[in-house]
Amino acid sequence: MSLEGLYQEIILDHYKTPRNRGKLEKPDIEIFESNPLCGDELCLHAHVNGGTLKDIRFEGKGCSISLASASMMTETLKGRDRAHAQKYINGIKAMMHGEEKLTDEELGDLEALKGVADFPARVKCALLAWTTLEKALNERSAREGM
Amino acid sequence: MSLALKQTAASPVPGKKSGEIDPAAIRKDFPVLDRKFGGKPIVYLDNPATTQKPRAVIEAITRFYETTNANVHRGAYRLAEEATAAYEGAREKVRAFLNAATVEEIIFTRGTTESLNLVAYAWGRANVKSGDEILLTEMEHHSNLVPWQILAKEKGAALKHIPLDPDGVLDLAVAGKLISDRTRLVSVTQVSNVLGTINPVKDIARLAHDAGALICVDGAQSAPHMAVDVRDLDCDFFALSGHKMCAPTGIGALYVRKSVLEKMPPFHGGGDMIRQVFLDHATWNDLPWKFEAGTPDIAGAIGLGAAIDYLRGIGLDRIREHEKTLTAYALRKLGEIPGITLYGPPDPSRRGGVVSFNVDGVHAHDLATIVDRECAVAIRAGHHCAQPLMERLKVAATARAGFYVYNMEADVDRLAEGILKAKEIFKT
Ligand SMILES: Cc1ncc(COP(=O)(O)O)c(C=O)c1O
Repeated sequence: MSLEGLYQEIILDHYKTPRNRGKLEKPDIEIFESNPLCGDELCLHAHVNGGTLKDIRFEGKGCSISLASASMMTETLKGRDRAHAQKYINGIKAMMHGEEKLTDEELGDLEALKGVADFPARVKCALLAWTTLEKALNERSAREGM
Repeated sequence: MSLALKQTAASPVPGKKSGEIDPAAIRKDFPVLDRKFGGKPIVYLDNPATTQKPRAVIEAITRFYETTNANVHRGAYRLAEEATAAYEGAREKVRAFLNAATVEEIIFTRGTTESLNLVAYAWGRANVKSGDEILLTEMEHHSNLVPWQILAKEKGAALKHIPLDPDGVLDLAVAGKLISDRTRLVSVTQVSNVLGTINPVKDIARLAHDAGALICVDGAQSAPHMAVDVRDLDCDFFALSGHKMCAPTGIGALYVRKSVLEKMPPFHGGGDMIRQVFLDHATWNDLPWKFEAGTPDIAGAIGLGAAIDYLRGIGLDRIREHEKTLTAYALRKLGEIPGITLYGPPDPSRRGGVVSFNVDGVHAHDLATIVDRECAVAIRAGHHCAQPLMERLKVAATARAGFYVYNMEADVDRLAEGILKAKEIFKT
């Protein structure tokens, strides 16, 4: 499949000018994950209030796909609730094997990640942010019944 | 020995100049190099991870299974005698390849990782005590680090690390200070799988022995690419992986100096490594079989023997010269690309054929994807199983190209072309 499909303008834009990059004071969610295969690292911070992701930030080291994916994720999920986040986590995971669970309208910029499905070695890069957030949310639910 | 077991000699190598390797001719020995992606023949530069296999090796394995397959050291029938002779013949080839004194010093393993774990487990558990020290370097592959961490934790021993200078060369002055009478073992890689640095193993062996310590050499990236003489290096242990030197995956070897091996307790327990077994105890087989429990990778060992024949047919010194020339060319050619950082010693005579690099604004993974899809160039991106070294270089990952007998300047050109394409996509 085409490189143009992978390295779309939107991906490069988020890679070069990431949104919501940084850390939060007294985060309710703080999680660090790495991809043991390639050494990509991601740190997610979030403020949670009444089940809503009030603010969400990330820092990390990684390739364009993993950082752009993280950047787009924070944009999409900021101010949204847990169910909304889970819907997108499931949707992006499904997208990596070519399955359409989210409409293009729902996807917005995230549609640019569709091309990753043609690059099996890069699927893990695209999913790092999403699986990390999912893990953090699950851990929080287990702890607080949120 | 039966006809079926005769090794095919390496194909004749029509030299370019006298003594020089002709990679274009050598390529014909490697069927996989005929593969094309998007109409372009593959340029395979992931050789530090694993090398391609020449037909002579593939055929030796097939021939063994088609004509000679039986378990070794057991059968009283001729087929088993032939299989045993072929397996032990391969051991003799490894001995000669490393110039070990006797075949008793050559243990077949799954590869470098298992070889180093064997040393840590069998030698380490018997010889390392609380308060002892093991000296490593900052450039070790995880397989020459993690086994020692496990051992040190279990025994209350300490690990120390010889530091690198900014060119990625070991600082031997510091090494001399780090070795003390508490040092039991110095374990170093002969060639770095990231920086390409060739370490002065012989000098380090002398430092170790002067302090009463032993020396273990990780030969994963050296044995495939240069002549190794374990007696000249004066090392006590030397580990290698077959798959990085044209042999199949799943086979490797460990050399252990006989005087050291004689005092080592076994590694794995089971069949083949015993002499007599009673309900409550057992006695051990002779060297080296005491260290080879269970049915070994017989076909793999025979493949390794065939790979050694193939490489010696070309000549290890010629391989080294070829890679040195190619590395010099790569350092020059890639060095011209704006925004590129090359790691390791700038002097090609001090490094093996491994070139790690980064390009400003393009992550190593993106580089690897783009040079593959655009130019059919296979390179590695990541931490190369050397996370502490990445930390030391202050990078999360590098891209890495590594050369072998079948690579040529045109391969480097194709890589450079791919890197430029990546810069174009990322507009840097
Ligand atoms: C320097 C070095 N040591 C050890 C190893 C481990 O070799 P294997 O995976 O064949 O056991 C490698 C392989 O990548 C290596 O490059």
